[in-house]
Amino acid sequence: MKNSRILRRILASRTSLAGALIIAFFALTALAAPLLAPPQNPQEPYQIPQSGYASEPAKPGPGHIFGTAEQQYDMFYGVVWGTRSAFKVGVTVTLAALLLGILAGVLAGYAGGWADEAIMRVTDVFLAFPGIVLSVVIVAMLGPGLPKVMLALAVVSWPSYARLVRGEVLSVKERDFVSAARAMGASHARILLRHILPHCLYPVIIIASLDIGAMVLVAASLSFLGLGAPPGYADWGQLIALSRNWILGSAGAPLAYWHTVVIPGAAISVFVLGWNLLGDAFRDILDPRQK
Amino acid sequence: MAKFILRRLLLLPLVAFGVTVLLFGLTQLLAPEMRASLYAKDPRQLDAVEEIIREHGLRDPLPKQYARWAAQVMRGELGYSETAKMPVMQAIKTYMPATMELAVSAMLGVLFFGLWLGTSSAVHKNKWQDQLSRVVAVTGYSLPIFVLGLLLLMVFYGKLGWFAPGRCSFATDSLIHSGEFKSYTGLLTLDALLNLNFSVFLDALRHLALPAATLCYGSMALLLRVTRSSMLEELGKDYVRTARAKGLDEKTVVNVHARRNALIPVITVATLQFVRLLGGVVITETIFAFPGIGRWGVLCAQQLDIAGVLGFALVTSLLFVLGNLLADLLYAAADPRIRLG
Repeated sequence: MKNSRILRRILASRTSLAGALIIAFFALTALAAPLLAPPQNPQEPYQIPQSGYASEPAKPGPGHIFGTAEQQYDMFYGVVWGTRSAFKVGVTVTLAALLLGILAGVLAGYAGGWADEAIMRVTDVFLAFPGIVLSVVIVAMLGPGLPKVMLALAVVSWPSYARLVRGEVLSVKERDFVSAARAMGASHARILLRHILPHCLYPVIIIASLDIGAMVLVAASLSFLGLGAPPGYADWGQLIALSRNWILGSAGAPLAYWHTVVIPGAAISVFVLGWNLLGDAFRDILDPRQK
Repeated sequence: MAKFILRRLLLLPLVAFGVTVLLFGLTQLLAPEMRASLYAKDPRQLDAVEEIIREHGLRDPLPKQYARWAAQVMRGELGYSETAKMPVMQAIKTYMPATMELAVSAMLGVLFFGLWLGTSSAVHKNKWQDQLSRVVAVTGYSLPIFVLGLLLLMVFYGKLGWFAPGRCSFATDSLIHSGEFKSYTGLLTLDALLNLNFSVFLDALRHLALPAATLCYGSMALLLRVTRSSMLEELGKDYVRTARAKGLDEKTVVNVHARRNALIPVITVATLQFVRLLGGVVITETIFAFPGIGRWGVLCAQQLDIAGVLGFALVTSLLFVLGNLLADLLYAAADPRIRLG
């Protein structure tokens, strides 16, 4: 299918359009973060400002339209700048994993033989864990923190892209135009860069970019488990982790602190929903059986 | 088929080797003092870390260290977990039944609701049943497990007080450790039934319900969608029209004719889904303070209990690999037309 047609069909379906709009909304929020929630200390914009040090979260109200989390971290600030963190984490991790995956996949698919066998067995090893388990192990060894979570996620995610790229390369490499290029005496580098790569990267890049939502979800889970962003860092998972001591509410008002879960929870759920709506439409379009 | 199984089985030791090299390689990021717990058999040894380092050569070149450690793992010696306050092997045996109980309960829910909603949305395509199951599926994989879990806790524990976190109440816990309650399987619900103790059974269910529901909701989406598309495909085939033309009632056509064939791809997805629950278990158990392998793994990671982290990773990976293999085999066994090669 022509690339432009895929894009047009994605935008033609209502659900994927909704997904695209949701992501656009978050992207705008991330871009406008300094305007929506001006940082007190421009050197460290990701540090959520605190008003006082009382542990009990404050309800949404004037001054804090989304209320505050434990330790009086302003929830609105956290959610807005958390959007930036989410894009930063999602895009960086996906790019890193994709680059590693393309490198390994091209090498395996094009070289074939023992290099292929060796690379595929290495991917087997990485795929022998549930993703979150291997990430937990890596972060445990590296120590907590968002940069380490990002590194761990990239390390965990590259093998599936490598397999995808390898499959594409294997099928493209047998096509006639590749044989023709080879017969004309083109170098390996030229065959790869000019003839094979342009043909197999497009679907892989789209699939990978749709994984951004999933990456953000896993990163947030790790922050929630206390292995990612430190307390006070503008990160949705970390904000939700701050709510764990307050689920019981106060005497007589069991749902008093609902906003500590619901507000950051809604941010991340809608964000992931956006990517899923977009991804579903794409998978339907690429699946020849569902016409 | 035989060749495929043989290849997969032959690759297993290779994967196991790779997994242990990867995990052991990762531990090398840490100072020898941190890794000493991998070699300890009881907590007293950890008071003399320097001795462990010398005795097991923790400053030797990596291959030498790996060989020694691997030999020890083969004997089932995985070190001492300070988080669990017991040897890692014993900790795994202690926590695994709770995880299995949680995963199996969640899976029963996934199968029941996934097949039911999937079938009904295929039969009533684009009617409200279909829309409902679409909403369930989309929210299922967009709502993070930890958000759903906390919301359920807030409402059903905080507000309504119906369920509670943990695995059982204090009363049940002391009864289990009193010696009057025989543990047959380690699965609390099953043991309670075998002991004919219904109050323990109810108590166990009360603690199992929320985490199982959380895990189930998050994992149901895929099975539901696969059942739906597979049912739609079967319902469009000639034999279904023949069955209807013969005058069979719709229930028989759907449940007996179409669903049997539609289940073939569902079996693989269901097995894979069960294996994937292992990942979800990590977060769910942590939220609900459910004393299983996942919560222990997270605690170990937070407290730099390296022996515990490694034991947790090894056992999860083992289950994960075997589960994936099983999924492939079941796929082939369920459909005689499939020849894996």
